[in-house]
Amino acid sequence: MTDVPALKRRSLLPRRIRNRAITALSALSTLIAATFLIWILWTILRNGIQSLSVDFLTEPTKPFGVPGGGMLNAILGTVVITLVATLLAVPAGMLGGICLSEFARNSRFGNAVRFSANVMMGMPSILVGLFIYTLIVMTTGNFSGFAGSAALAIIMFPVILRTTEDMLCMVPNALRESALAIGAPRWRITLAVVFRSAKNGLTTGVLLAVARVAGETAPLLFTALTSDAWPTGFFTQPTANLTVTMTEYATNSPFAEMHVRAWGAAFLITTAVLILNLFCRTILREKKS
Amino acid sequence: MNSSAVKHQNGGSSNSTAGGIHLPDRLFRIAAAGAAGLAVLLTIAFFVQLSVHSVPAFREFGIRFLWSTQWDTSSMQFGAACAIYGTLLTTAIALLIAVPTAFLTALFLVEIAPPGIARVLGCALDLLAAIPSVIYGMWGLFIFVPFMQEHVQPFLSDTLHLSVLPLFDGPVTGFGFLTAGIVLALMSLPFISAIMRDVFRMVPSVVKESAYGIGATTWEVARNVTMRYGMQGLLGAVFLGLGRAVGETMAVLFIIGNSETISASLYESGATIASVLANKFAEAEGLSKSSLFALGLILLCITFTIQIFAQLWLNRIRKNSGGGL
Amino acid sequence: MTETSTGDDIKISVRHLNFYYGGHQALFDNSIEIYRNRVTAVIGPSGCGKSTHLRIYNRIYQLYRDQRAEGEILIDGENILAPETDVLELRRKVGMIFQKPTPFPMSVFDNVAYGLRLHYRLKRSEIADRVEESLRGAAIWDEVKDKLKKPGTALSGGQQQRLCIARAIAIRPEILLMDEPTSAIDPIGTSRIEDLIGELKKTFTIVIVTHNMQQAARVSDYTAFFYKGVIVEYGKTPQLFTKPKEKKTEDYITGRFG
Repeated sequence: MTDVPALKRRSLLPRRIRNRAITALSALSTLIAATFLIWILWTILRNGIQSLSVDFLTEPTKPFGVPGGGMLNAILGTVVITLVATLLAVPAGMLGGICLSEFARNSRFGNAVRFSANVMMGMPSILVGLFIYTLIVMTTGNFSGFAGSAALAIIMFPVILRTTEDMLCMVPNALRESALAIGAPRWRITLAVVFRSAKNGLTTGVLLAVARVAGETAPLLFTALTSDAWPTGFFTQPTANLTVTMTEYATNSPFAEMHVRAWGAAFLITTAVLILNLFCRTILREKKS
Repeated sequence: MNSSAVKHQNGGSSNSTAGGIHLPDRLFRIAAAGAAGLAVLLTIAFFVQLSVHSVPAFREFGIRFLWSTQWDTSSMQFGAACAIYGTLLTTAIALLIAVPTAFLTALFLVEIAPPGIARVLGCALDLLAAIPSVIYGMWGLFIFVPFMQEHVQPFLSDTLHLSVLPLFDGPVTGFGFLTAGIVLALMSLPFISAIMRDVFRMVPSVVKESAYGIGATTWEVARNVTMRYGMQGLLGAVFLGLGRAVGETMAVLFIIGNSETISASLYESGATIASVLANKFAEAEGLSKSSLFALGLILLCITFTIQIFAQLWLNRIRKNSGGGL
Repeated sequence: MTETSTGDDIKISVRHLNFYYGGHQALFDNSIEIYRNRVTAVIGPSGCGKSTHLRIYNRIYQLYRDQRAEGEILIDGENILAPETDVLELRRKVGMIFQKPTPFPMSVFDNVAYGLRLHYRLKRSEIADRVEESLRGAAIWDEVKDKLKKPGTALSGGQQQRLCIARAIAIRPEILLMDEPTSAIDPIGTSRIEDLIGELKKTFTIVIVTHNMQQAARVSDYTAFFYKGVIVEYGKTPQLFTKPKEKKTEDYITGRFG
């Protein structure tokens, strides 16, 4: 090793240039992505803010061609549809998650459930709409807000299930055992001890799932449709909601005034979803650490 | 009670032996198992329902439904080829753009950017993922389509003279496969990037350090060490993006132009399976509705296949990283 | 503090080195001279700044933004802490072995060839020769010559560490930094690496951080004792272990603390 011939060195310059180029390119990519975010948000803000008025927030939608009108029925409809979806999905999803983490961790049943939940999470949301259409709309004979809730619940269910499982798996076994050792029945231990220690993560998971389905449109196209009425016929009639109304206004209406109101709806839904997301990301995360 | 604690430690079990289980406990277990079983049941029900309702279409057109390009309500002739073509083409464009970009953004955010900037830009990417797809559609329709028509398409065709290729020769309307593909790329980018960032962070810093230690540049470390180390994770990210792009409805619906076309030109209007469903379902009945269900079944099979591959990959990673992911 | 009456050649000369993790100062006014073709051991209780000190020599600390070094480190008279120093070239000259073996996710052969290909323009056959030579130099050739295509991670821990040594010496550095290279290795693997260090010092200048005083005594010519970021004592290894000048050093090597 001591007297080997000198080796031909590779120049550092091309390597440095390549590195610089990639560095610049990667910074540029990130900036472009961020620019698109700002572009979209700015568009929504600029166009949406001009439609915000007292009428917009207090009046129901009016049929095409009738001047005036607001969005309140659609706002209420979205809230009700999302809320009912949450009420359907969260208990079922959490129970399923408990089953996976507490009773069926490595069983074949557990693996089948996990696999199915993952398949459901990757399912295009329009197929969920199609599925609920065959299941509820065709059997009951009418479109309804409830069918929309069912569709959104099917989207939420696997997300809640997997989040619950992940969170509960992080709870140390020692905690479960020490509770069992004082003679508490299994279901109370799970609900009390385990849930309490995983509370923050679960809240975040549920809120993020809510934020995700609140902005969904495709599954409502074949289920809730939309309507100019108040959402009183939730179980039996098409029910107004922000996203489908907005789609109708933006694509099927020639009236500029309705485009403006579509932007207003876009503004409301985006703001709600982003605030929920930011809330989960900052406040709940800080609490955890 | 004690025996069940021990059992649990061994990974849990669904059926208990000795009689010491209380009734409420048993009910609780049954309810939990029922809820979990719902996932399996629903997944199967998806296939059953879509299959049952697409029977008339397949009975009428047979397997030829897959490659027939017609979608004609007056002569009642339906085929899936145009929608499948549009789905595959827009997905391909989306991934072609999104995968390298996501890799670069992940590289920047994890390895290059100062922590403060990385946090802000990482948050921006996460928010991009949170925006509902219908918003992308609306922004696409009113803002991005005109932008493509006025700036991007003339630039590609005339300034860069790419119109000599059939790909970039066609009606300059702003609508079409290319625009839809770009918006899909934008939508899947944050998801792919998020997983890639996790993969980059999973590589032990001492391995990176030893690559830097023999005088490699940041890019060389990323390409030769980090990328190889996390190859499976990166592929998992690609699968996830693929799944999202294939089934996206609203964003595409607004901007693809909605016509049954198979054309080499990326400027041509077209349709995807999801956009055809959203567009035609309300007026469809009888055979045309059944044909739409058949389209839905095809989409279900595509996403199911992607999911299976994705999960196989992810399981392999989990094994290799000892359950760390 | 430093002993200079030796006749050995100075390879590295550290002058008034201070080091900071953010606002926290970890090293205080370190000055030390490292001699060419000698093994210098750095000992001290954990958390005393041994590794921190070593990680400045190839400026690997720079990967982390909040870390900062002040002072001078002269290698062959050139201050490597100066901003104009090319770190890629510096790291070619100053190789490093880490606490845990860190084979890259590639074959045994490519692990060694990787750095070579980065730094040198070589023909395929030349690369193969250099890889073999380096693996022989790291005393691992006989064990891996039939497994060159296998992944580097498939070797045993001790073999992986010698593979990393082969990888480091393949690019012909002048200095080898070893950061507790045997702390994750079994006793047999450890003794092989210790034997190897004795061989390697004919070619390289070696600085080794170790928490194991017997190891320091066995392999090194010089020893520096660190305590709380300060170099308490530095001198020829036999002298430092048998007749320490400082009370602190004596307490440490006799096992009274640490």
